[in-house]
Amino acid sequence: MRGLLIAPVVIPLATAVLLLVLRPSRRVEHALSALGCVALLGAALMLLVRVAGGGVAAMQLGDWAAPFGVSFVADRLGAAMVTVTAVIGLAVSVFAMAEIDDRRRRFGFAGFVQILLGGVCGAFLTGDVFNLYVWYEVMLIASFALLTLGGERIQIDGAVKYVALNMISTLLFLSGCGLLYGLTGTLNMADLHAKLPAVANQGLVTAVAVVFAIGFGIKAALFPLFFWLPASYHTPPVAVSALFAGLLTKVGVYSLIRFFTLIFTGDAAFTGALLAAAAAFTMVTGVLGAAAQNEMRRILGFHIVSQIGYMVMGLAIATPLALAGAVFYTLHHIVVKANLFLVSGVVRRLSGSGDLARTGGLYAQAPLLAALFLVPAFSLAGFPPLSGFWAKLFLVKAALEAQAPWIVAVLIGVGLLTVYSMTKIWAEVFWKAPPEPRAALPPLRGGERALLFGPIVGLAAITVAIGLWPAPLFDYADAAARELADPRDYVAAVLGSRP
Amino acid sequence: MSSLILATIARVAVALMLLFSVFLLLRGHDAPGGGFLGGLVAAIGFILYVLAEGPREVRAALRVDPRSIAFVGLAVALVSGLAGLATGAPFLTALWTSFGDVKLGTPVLFDLGVYLVVVGGVLAMVLALEEEVG
Repeated sequence: MRGLLIAPVVIPLATAVLLLVLRPSRRVEHALSALGCVALLGAALMLLVRVAGGGVAAMQLGDWAAPFGVSFVADRLGAAMVTVTAVIGLAVSVFAMAEIDDRRRRFGFAGFVQILLGGVCGAFLTGDVFNLYVWYEVMLIASFALLTLGGERIQIDGAVKYVALNMISTLLFLSGCGLLYGLTGTLNMADLHAKLPAVANQGLVTAVAVVFAIGFGIKAALFPLFFWLPASYHTPPVAVSALFAGLLTKVGVYSLIRFFTLIFTGDAAFTGALLAAAAAFTMVTGVLGAAAQNEMRRILGFHIVSQIGYMVMGLAIATPLALAGAVFYTLHHIVVKANLFLVSGVVRRLSGSGDLARTGGLYAQAPLLAALFLVPAFSLAGFPPLSGFWAKLFLVKAALEAQAPWIVAVLIGVGLLTVYSMTKIWAEVFWKAPPEPRAALPPLRGGERALLFGPIVGLAAITVAIGLWPAPLFDYADAAARELADPRDYVAAVLGSRP
Repeated sequence: MSSLILATIARVAVALMLLFSVFLLLRGHDAPGGGFLGGLVAAIGFILYVLAEGPREVRAALRVDPRSIAFVGLAVALVSGLAGLATGAPFLTALWTSFGDVKLGTPVLFDLGVYLVVVGGVLAMVLALEEEVG
């Protein structure tokens, strides 16, 4: 069990070391990175089964007892996030085998993907605030390497914006760590849950909570600090943007959920109102920004921003149903969004551009791709019977129960505007006649076709499966939300039998 | 750029700094120091050498690509963590053995890994920048 908790971090890092030290040939490298992802997925599924059956599991790194050492904790939320991370890692690694050129491959592309996966899994499993900061740094370094790999001018431009804003976010996070430690003398999350209510100056605690909210808000691309995301996500290779789109902002969302259910629960009325306002503005500005864009990945980038708003809104409403909705929404969104970016990669491969004006006619040219686009696109917009419909339904129901009609209005309005963007992509990329003259691109070969379409089909199948059988995932999300709403199990697992 | 005085001093200074970095690495177990600090001091030593002799000489003196040093360091740190796991204790648990008065344990291995990651990482960046300019 102890090994199982650390395995989602060790497996990707060990794979990365093998890839980067041995620098193997193309064939061996592909086999190694696929093997690493499959092993990660296996470990994640074992962890998921274990946590779903036996409740929260905890481990103390180096055998230093909590709260002095670093704890690793897997509850239902953490285990599910690790599992979906492994799924996206596998899909993106397979897709990248067809997309990434030899020059980027030699710079260690596959190795940095594994380091990024290790960092993301570490962030989902750690039970220590400072250790979370370290995993954020690991992710930042790996994602910076992946963003700039290839060194095209537009990539550097996007990467500078990305890194500058993310550095500010980590600095805020680090300052928050210092303040929290000064107030309580501990950075163990479970211990903080026990000690923060005893701090005399609760106003100070709320102020620290806001520092963390801004830090994670930047990472999650919340309004008004989201503009780094649409500025950078369309610049690197599509495999990289799919990985980032699926996972990175969601680590910010996960951190917000973790901190505002476990640690900062004192002034819930104030922090809830703050998060609700930020979430509503995020949803609206994201979806309006997308409507103004004319490049496929830029549209999708703004939609990430808008969708982040949904998840944070679930956290802001904070009833068990709303939290379950937020967890459900996050898991569904990771799969759907990564898949949409992968589809945009095939579009770029087939028409030479992601610019809506220079694409067209793909419905006739690649009917399978058109069908595969519809699954995540309709799911994102919330059409029944796809996964996004259920995610939105739970949130709307939670908002109705919480007597907040304005939230219901925003949730439904933004959903309608999402349909507009998806229809725009459909009409421009797939439906309209191809623009003349069109550069002749080499047709897809058999192997390339399998590597590009395999991950898209797999992720679309997950979306459809969740849509047709939402009950198991919803029950799981509901149980995860109960754990979040009542963290006694979490605290007991970390600190032992102490209250 | 090349200066005889700097080059002559650098030869001695770099050797001293590398020695000092190893001292810091070993001292770090229960006093200020450790792999991160030691690695930075060693990297600064090599950077002085870069300024005195140029990046090409430093690459020749290192013999291996600095990025490989960093990744080997990551491997060493991982192995030190897995050693604890192999005995059934949690990841990163320290294992100790002693030769007479000298106690040896896996934390040194972990620190050595950190040292290599820092030296390799910093040098990879500095050499790339220096070659770009130079």
